[in-house]
Amino acid sequence: METSNRQITFTPDLFEPVERSPEEAEKIRGAPVGFWGDAWRRLKRNRIAVAAGCVIILILALAVVGPLLTPYTSIGQDLDRQYKTPSLSGFWFGTDEFGRSMFDRVWVGTRVSLYIAALVTAMDMCVGMAYGALSGYYGGKVDNIMQRIVEILVGIPILIVAILTMLILEPGILSLTIAIGLTGWTSSARLIRGQVLRLKEQEFFLASRSLGANTFRLITKHLIPNVFYILIITLMYTVPTAVFFEAFLSFIGLGIQPPAASLGALINDGAHQMRFYPYMLIFPAAVLVTITISFRLLGDGLRDALDPRMRQ
Amino acid sequence: MAAVNGEAVLSVDDLRISFSTYAGEVQAVRGATFDLRRGETLAIVGESGSGKSVAARSIMRLNPESNTIVRGGEIIFDGEDLLKLSEKRMLDIRGPKIAMVFQDPMTSLDPTMRVGRQIIESLKQHLGMSGSRAAERTVELLELVGIPNAEERLKQYPHQFSGGMRQRVVIAIALACDPQVLIADEPTTALDVTIQAQILELLRELQVRLGMSTVLITHDLGVVASTAHRIAVMYGGKIIETGTVREIFYNPQMPYTWGLLASIPLPTADRSQDLIPIPGTPPDATDPPKGCPFTARCPYAMRICGDEMPGYTTFSDEHRAACWLHHQMAPNVERPARITGAK
Amino acid sequence: MLKYILKRLVNAFLVLFIITTVTWFLMQLLPGSPIQNAEKLTAEQEAQVGEQYNLDKPLPVQYALYMTGLVRGDLGNSYLYGGTPVTSIILDRLPVSMFLGTQAIVVGLVVGLFLGIVGALKQNSIWDSGAAFLAVLGVSVPDFVLAPLAQYWLGLKLGIFPIAFFESWWHSVLPSLVLSTVVAAVIATFTRTEMLEVLGQDYVTLAKAKGLSKLAVVLKHVLRNSMIPLVTIMLPLTAALVTGVLIVETVFSIPGLGEQFVRSIFEKDFPIIMGTTILFSVFFVASYLLQDILYGLIDPRIRVAGNRE
Repeated sequence: METSNRQITFTPDLFEPVERSPEEAEKIRGAPVGFWGDAWRRLKRNRIAVAAGCVIILILALAVVGPLLTPYTSIGQDLDRQYKTPSLSGFWFGTDEFGRSMFDRVWVGTRVSLYIAALVTAMDMCVGMAYGALSGYYGGKVDNIMQRIVEILVGIPILIVAILTMLILEPGILSLTIAIGLTGWTSSARLIRGQVLRLKEQEFFLASRSLGANTFRLITKHLIPNVFYILIITLMYTVPTAVFFEAFLSFIGLGIQPPAASLGALINDGAHQMRFYPYMLIFPAAVLVTITISFRLLGDGLRDALDPRMRQ
Repeated sequence: MAAVNGEAVLSVDDLRISFSTYAGEVQAVRGATFDLRRGETLAIVGESGSGKSVAARSIMRLNPESNTIVRGGEIIFDGEDLLKLSEKRMLDIRGPKIAMVFQDPMTSLDPTMRVGRQIIESLKQHLGMSGSRAAERTVELLELVGIPNAEERLKQYPHQFSGGMRQRVVIAIALACDPQVLIADEPTTALDVTIQAQILELLRELQVRLGMSTVLITHDLGVVASTAHRIAVMYGGKIIETGTVREIFYNPQMPYTWGLLASIPLPTADRSQDLIPIPGTPPDATDPPKGCPFTARCPYAMRICGDEMPGYTTFSDEHRAACWLHHQMAPNVERPARITGAK
Repeated sequence: MLKYILKRLVNAFLVLFIITTVTWFLMQLLPGSPIQNAEKLTAEQEAQVGEQYNLDKPLPVQYALYMTGLVRGDLGNSYLYGGTPVTSIILDRLPVSMFLGTQAIVVGLVVGLFLGIVGALKQNSIWDSGAAFLAVLGVSVPDFVLAPLAQYWLGLKLGIFPIAFFESWWHSVLPSLVLSTVVAAVIATFTRTEMLEVLGQDYVTLAKAKGLSKLAVVLKHVLRNSMIPLVTIMLPLTAALVTGVLIVETVFSIPGLGEQFVRSIFEKDFPIIMGTTILFSVFFVASYLLQDILYGLIDPRIRVAGNRE
């Protein structure tokens, strides 16, 4: 036998057989992690996504406690203080034409915008999941009809629906939620339906049914984990879309009306005052853009981390 | 099959290739040495993860640039080290000198381009053929690989061909510029068993007719028996045994090779005999073992196996294996009965 | 193939029908009438106006009248502006909006493709990160933020662009640029993703194995396969463009259809709202339809259906 250049002293004990257990043979080096563990690990490596997540938490925190941080309020007018430019010693974000603290208004507005976005997302998921699950589960004619309806709804632009709805309903949080969420749930529905159909074909499903298992439990135990990650990602993208539409509607004048505040309403005001008081636009705009960017980046990061194809 | 003793057309020496990934450095090939003689078919056999595909792609420098690291070794072809050539020179080699056939015919062809054009592309690029001459040659090539109605079919799109036919097209593309070396990376793995036989037959026929030298990569020893002259067994990024087909099948010298042979279902075996797979999984390429890569799964493993890499022992002109069992101090081990006389 | 198109066409018309009907009925629920802006009118005059606008007839009849008028291209008359036919108002303003939109698409396409291709080819490099950053920014900064800001900085402060109205082509540049940001961003992201996916495909490696240079591989194989799916984002792009046009025209006071629409909402001028909504819907549905048809045409797998061996 030719050996490498290294000097190896050969002793008989080196050639004793070593007991190998089957477990050792199967052992893959490296700590085994489940799907979620692996995904979490990957997500943590994505620094941008992590940063985005932190920013979101920060904004959420500010939305809750922001107005409490300063002694000023946004209720009531004090014309002595109107149009003050932002300064660190006085009003951090300045004041508006009624002397109200912009800092206050921005965070109160953020609360409203985020609240609406959350409602829309909840509605999206609930309606979408229920619709999709039912459609997939019952199959046949019911499914057919339900799908046709979805096909038609998909063709109707959200913009039109939102504007029309707001024309009829009194502007308010609930009406805005309905306006934005009315046709947006279709993608979730399709997703869920696809999963349900796939699930129905699986053997364990038939087996469980023949054993008399509760269908509800079946669905929750098997369906949810499978679609969970896609739902989370959809959620990440629904929020910025909802915030955008709310802001857009407010900009056109169909959304939240003064004196109530939302990011869109504030931006609308700010746009009108742009000429002389740009800070009135910049602050709410900055918050809006930050929220949008952060959710998108986090959504991208989540999608990359949870995509099963990326596992190596 | 007659043994082929000739000069080496392609010579791979101590090739080391790694990839940098988010999980660390993956050492795919850790010192592979083999050569390809003129006019022969060399089969590189190994499980998935053994590094055989990476080694093959390295010959043509087709590994992704962004994360491939050449850690060492040489690939000598036509007197030059392919690893050191400029990309521009490689363009002249890929196609006219060395060509490749990939595993999955369903994804090897551009779905939006007509089949004929995909062949003509090569002809025009390397041979500078005019349009009409190229079209003629394309028809010749398609007929050569056994596609009937060649004139009509060259105007069709890949999705209009079945899997076996697509693979023939891929072979036609590879042969277009008359290469000296053909590398076939698992050319039949993705095909039905009956089609497999046809494609292998085609490859063998083509080799004889055109006098090409072929590297056949596969994990299936059954495929090898009918088409190859010599075999190189690869595991854990290293070549652990090489020899002629007869030598490997009738006189294998390494426990891994024994395991591979034992796992081939014998047509003559009665149904009571179980298939014997090799238990365990290939080593982790990000943290490869210090010694022989097969140690963890080897039923004959000794203490020294895990610590030191064995050197080669030569059994004949063509037959070498790397295993500590061949050391004078190692105990004598009987080859399992089932292997002797297989095939 | 024909069956495919027909099915889509039927669906498209169905959607339009539903939108139109629903919108029409919704309009009926809203307060507002043609007499809102006029001074005190006698009961007789009111009745006269009502009759002029068919308001005296029962609802279903009004609906039927509207729908038949629609088919003929008659969208009724505006409640304001002395009763000008809606159709003429729309036709007046449409070209302006289309002009802005087209400019935006052209610029957005060019910039977007460039950023996307560069990002994919130089993956994970500075170019890629830079392009990706611009893309995220483009999508995240809404037009109603960008437009006033651009108006302020580039128009007012730096004086490069005029800040309002549409007196010359130069007036259209800034609004179109603002509009194009979303287009460019979406196209850039999409192109990059598609290209990366294509670059990882076997047939690209095979093309390289044929000895084609990287440039040739990209030009002949990668680009074509990557561009095809661009068709699928036509719909979201149209939606983004329409929302954008509404905003940009309002901010820059450009006499286009968008500005008219927003104004009509305030003025409660229902015939115009109806007419514009229908037009927008037609745009959406048409782009959806076009997207489907193009997809069928371009992908040879659908086009040359059949011919299996």
